[in-house]
Amino acid sequence: MREITYAQAINEAIRGCMLKDERVVLLGEDIGCYGGVFQVTAGLQAEFGPQRVVDTPISEAGFVGASVGAALTGMRPVTEIMFIDFTTCCMDMIINQMAKMHYMFGGRGKVPMVLRTNIGAGRGTAAQHSQSFHAIFMHIPGLLVVAPSTPYDAKGLMVEAIQNDNPVVFVEHKKLYIEKGPVPEEMYSIPFGQAEIKREGKDITIVATHALVQRSLNAAEQVAKEGIDAEIVDPRTLVPLDKETILNSVKKTGRLLVADEGHRTCGAAAEIAAMVAEEAIYYLKAPIKRVTSPDTPVPFSPPLEQAFIPDEKKLIPAIKSLMAYA
Amino acid sequence: MKLKNEPLLALYATMLTIRLFEDRIVDLYARGEVPGLAHLYIGEEAVAAGVCAALRADDYITSTHRGHGHVIAKGAELKPMMAELFGKKSGYCKGKGGSMHIADMNIGIMGANGIAGGGLPIAVGAGWSAKWRETDQVTACFFGDDASNNGTFHESLNLASLHRLPVIFVCENNLYGISTCQIMHQPITDIAIRSTSYDIPGCVVDGNDILDVHQAAVKAVKRARAGEGPSLIECKTYRWRGHHEGDPNQGERYRTKDEIAQWKEKCPIERFVKKLIKDKVVTRKKLAEIEKQINAEIDAAVQFARESEFPVAEEMYADVYV
Repeated sequence: MREITYAQAINEAIRGCMLKDERVVLLGEDIGCYGGVFQVTAGLQAEFGPQRVVDTPISEAGFVGASVGAALTGMRPVTEIMFIDFTTCCMDMIINQMAKMHYMFGGRGKVPMVLRTNIGAGRGTAAQHSQSFHAIFMHIPGLLVVAPSTPYDAKGLMVEAIQNDNPVVFVEHKKLYIEKGPVPEEMYSIPFGQAEIKREGKDITIVATHALVQRSLNAAEQVAKEGIDAEIVDPRTLVPLDKETILNSVKKTGRLLVADEGHRTCGAAAEIAAMVAEEAIYYLKAPIKRVTSPDTPVPFSPPLEQAFIPDEKKLIPAIKSLMAYA
Repeated sequence: MKLKNEPLLALYATMLTIRLFEDRIVDLYARGEVPGLAHLYIGEEAVAAGVCAALRADDYITSTHRGHGHVIAKGAELKPMMAELFGKKSGYCKGKGGSMHIADMNIGIMGANGIAGGGLPIAVGAGWSAKWRETDQVTACFFGDDASNNGTFHESLNLASLHRLPVIFVCENNLYGISTCQIMHQPITDIAIRSTSYDIPGCVVDGNDILDVHQAAVKAVKRARAGEGPSLIECKTYRWRGHHEGDPNQGERYRTKDEIAQWKEKCPIERFVKKLIKDKVVTRKKLAEIEKQINAEIDAAVQFARESEFPVAEEMYADVYV
């Protein structure tokens, strides 16, 4: 199969949906001729015109709120917030409006829109362009939260996000944009709430998200040399969360490591750990462990940023520490 | 613009329906039958009635926390509305939204809104949507004087003007953001001047003169429908009650009795009645009949709300997702 990047895969999904459904419109800062700062929307304005692919002013509350209004009245906006850090400028629109309209109105009205944004440190962009606080959106009932880790998943999940009648926060990872992988040329969708086992194993379950999936796969290859057989479960969507696949894996291995780039406190990893503790604690041979970003802002200086990022250097010792429990 | 008798009486009936509905809420709230927050619109009826009379059934509105008047004027039914205020299952939002979230997309009501300034970007989106879908629907966006200090006001007017969207921004300047009077929250007297920053028409109207409001709205709607873009209408008005029912002394902590009395002298309904009688549009007898009929509708709505069931606990979990 041909290989394309994660950014290209998302682009293909959006383009395919725009060809099929004229209700799909794009809004965001510098998404037009510039193609988005990560080139996810490259070429789409040239193909579909500036009315359908709209470069907005720096008015996050304005254009996210406008997306909500457009979705309520029959459109399917796919709206980009350049960095997740900037969602703070439109939190009212996301949390009080987009997430709640359907419920507050007793089902009279729906908000079928996709809010695209990205997380991830590692590009030297410091504390306001590198955050990974996607867990905030997991805390808000009414939102669906998507976390693709591969180009294949990114395309299929984006198609599903656009076709879904609920508001979706589509959380991309900026370090993955240039990563390549096999992606079918035809359109396909991946249902929400279906985790995928990215590596089968019998000794330890690693539930990993976003870039932590590949980092966990790398770590698994390393520890395999020492006879440790890790299973890697990628939830793919954090809301809804495929509890069944996670629990079945934990019941099989008896050990759980949760790896997510969010901060430690109240992060996605904390939620998954709590869920497993509630539902499967008697299957565990060892305490649950988390590999996350620390509870500090993202530092700028390269050695500090490298120390901040949760990767193989933290995963491998964590795996080994859990294997120390018989 | 000269209205015929029938539309004039319709304007009167809308204002009176809002007034009598709100008067009834005062009583029901005091009795404990309407829980939560009730932000009443008494004194401001001419704005909602005058603007919504300029709209079609398929046009949209966004509303505010003080939204009863807007949704009644846009055509909401009193029974499910009252039931919603009671928190009943038969309410507009199945009892999940209450006073601040009444919505009916079938008649273009995109929800009252609990966040000051929250409705403005949503109205822009409805306007944008009409443009994308190539309809000539117009969206009227209601908001208060203090919401014009929120970033959403500026972002929304800028976006709507930039893309010539069919939105009419209706500022209800009732002089107070809760307790904070206009001179304490902004350095200008006329909010309409802010329209110049966005290169759109702005006007100030007497918000207690329904014909003044209506005329401005008709002009703005015509412009919007013709694809010429948004307008800003500032309606100078006043709320007679406190910020919400339960506001101590009905707002006399921050307003003088004299000020309230002076505004009551300018009652939009009494003023309009005087004009209708003077112009021989209607007789006192006919007006009394209209009032009786509205009261009967409100009685029926209250009865409907009282007799309706509360939702059961499991219903909390429905409608989180489509």
